[in-house]
Amino acid sequence: MSEAREEILARIRLATAAVATPEETDAAYAALQRPYRRAHHDPAATDVVALFAERAADYRAVVERVPEDELPGAVAAAVDSLPSVVVPDGLPAGLLAGLRPEVRLVRDEPPLSAAELDRIAGVVTGCAVAIAETGTIILDHGPGQGRRALTLVPDFHLVVVRAGQVAADIADALARLDPARPHTLISGPSATSDIELIRVEGVHGPRNLHILIGG
Amino acid sequence: MPTYLGMPAFPDAAKHAVADSQLRRNLTHATTAIRTKRAKAVAELDDWEQLRQAAKAIKDHTLANLATYLVRLEENVTRAGGHVHWARDAAEANAIVADLVRQAGADKAVKVKSMATQETGLNEALEAQGTTVVETDLAELIVQLGDDRPSHILVPAIHRNRAEIGELFRRTMADAPPGLTDDPPQLAAAARTHLRHEFLTATVGISGANFAVADTGSLVVVESEGNGRMCLTLPDTLISVVGIEKLLPSWRDLEVFLALLPRSSTAERMNPYTTIWSGVAPGDGPQDFHLVLLDNGRTDTLADRTGRQALRCIRCSACLNVCPVYERAGGHAYGSPYPGPIGAILSPQLRGVDSPIDASLPFASSLCGACYDVCPVAINIPEVLVEQRARVVESHKHYPERIVFGAAGYVLRSPRRLAAAQRVASLGRLVAGRSGSIRRLPPPLSAWTDTRDAPAPPPESFRAWWARTRGADR
Repeated sequence: MSEAREEILARIRLATAAVATPEETDAAYAALQRPYRRAHHDPAATDVVALFAERAADYRAVVERVPEDELPGAVAAAVDSLPSVVVPDGLPAGLLAGLRPEVRLVRDEPPLSAAELDRIAGVVTGCAVAIAETGTIILDHGPGQGRRALTLVPDFHLVVVRAGQVAADIADALARLDPARPHTLISGPSATSDIELIRVEGVHGPRNLHILIGG
Repeated sequence: MPTYLGMPAFPDAAKHAVADSQLRRNLTHATTAIRTKRAKAVAELDDWEQLRQAAKAIKDHTLANLATYLVRLEENVTRAGGHVHWARDAAEANAIVADLVRQAGADKAVKVKSMATQETGLNEALEAQGTTVVETDLAELIVQLGDDRPSHILVPAIHRNRAEIGELFRRTMADAPPGLTDDPPQLAAAARTHLRHEFLTATVGISGANFAVADTGSLVVVESEGNGRMCLTLPDTLISVVGIEKLLPSWRDLEVFLALLPRSSTAERMNPYTTIWSGVAPGDGPQDFHLVLLDNGRTDTLADRTGRQALRCIRCSACLNVCPVYERAGGHAYGSPYPGPIGAILSPQLRGVDSPIDASLPFASSLCGACYDVCPVAINIPEVLVEQRARVVESHKHYPERIVFGAAGYVLRSPRRLAAAQRVASLGRLVAGRSGSIRRLPPPLSAWTDTRDAPAPPPESFRAWWARTRGADR
């Protein structure tokens, strides 16, 4: 163990006069008051899917809600003008059934280099969870979502959200995730507030975010 | 943390800033807009105060049990395939990072904005060993291209308006598109093109983190542009420098802090991108991950019962945006990577009060308390400021106010001396301007009038009037 580590920990123990065992610390943590709401909209009284659609659209994402069986057609229409799209393993094949042959389908197998990804116009994925309150989609980069670079480098991201994946608020969404996985939370297209503190869309991430809500 | 070279005390630095009307216009424009938006974003959650109190309680608990949680974080990051390093001070942190960059065989690193590495002066340390550091945050890029200093925690180039940024890009960016205007979307697009190649070819990424979760070993980076995702995802090696106070005990605590931070900082329900990772994910992102835990004065701050609360700070910068002093003086006058009210309490705690700038920072406030009202973790900044003022006075034996109050005590102890002093003071009317106030007194009394006007004394003291009339001309 490094000298720096021991010194920092010793200084902390001195500063905090910490005598609690880890078990006592955990007990004190469990006793912390949490008087806030775990959801700001009651899922029983609110159409959380509609709320998600409205809030995601506030960020200037394109949002469409379509019946489950119309998803393939909606996917095809959304990427119709793109020359190429990359598709991760595990994306249900049926979703791509309507694509015209002019749209080149690329697989990440073997893994594409960053430069290769940069030459692909778009990406189509699913997601792990969505948050209605904040209009956020969360990728855990599992099957159908691809590794993180896939949804980052191409300039157009089409994401398919199932109605059942929409959580009312942040607390519920986080509870549905496996913390061991890498996660990306996405709320609208890439943006910046760095010029005069005004939000401007379109910097390094995908400048176009298209969300299809199925069901 | 660097005390910027030759940095004058706050009043001198602020005097120049206040005289710069363009700077004041830029700051007023930006802070007014964000204040209104923040208030709206906060009002949307009717339990804001409860969230705030929970955040305060979680952070206080974490700080009180910091050693336990740091060891837990280290275990979990290591278990997930990461390497954990400990740095007592800035020099040690910079040396660790420099070493890791050399080991990776890189002559260049892409960097996402991080307060911790600004605090350690990492860029300068890396450049000294020949490593090119590319700042990828738009505002950091503006600062770097303009050979400027950051002036705001969240928006380091807040002191520049779109016209100034457009001019800077056209002058310094070799690949700026011809005909680039001052239109913010065009400026953002120019930054995208300029940095694209850097992202795609980078082998080392450097970041900080907004939160580190002890029980899962997760690091969390909250951002807008996607430059963070690029730096955290595309390079082979990732090095994150994180202050030891960034800890949260548990994954669940993110439900509180992800609600508070975006609404407080950019007034959004959620920021565009947040990346969360734990160690190394096989086949996804950097396969070599290093976490550098930074003390650099934090354990000293932790030992201070009142000052400790500054370690709750989540760097949202809401306190800057509401501060009447910051709005007029701007960020540079604070002489530190941490400007504004939080900087006024954090910098002297992390650096001590030996330099003129640090000794003056606790006084860079009107104690109006707006910063405390908006702070999402309820840091009582005025309380800490007042305590630090006392400390500065105690550590400076010949502080002018001390001499003045010593003299006042001598005079007030004797009615005769008081009467004599009052007669002399009445003569002060002769130097007062037509406004009825005195702008400038001779030394040592100038210590008072350097920072405020003194009212002209009345022609006659109450005691003199009473002795003359016994109240008869009432």
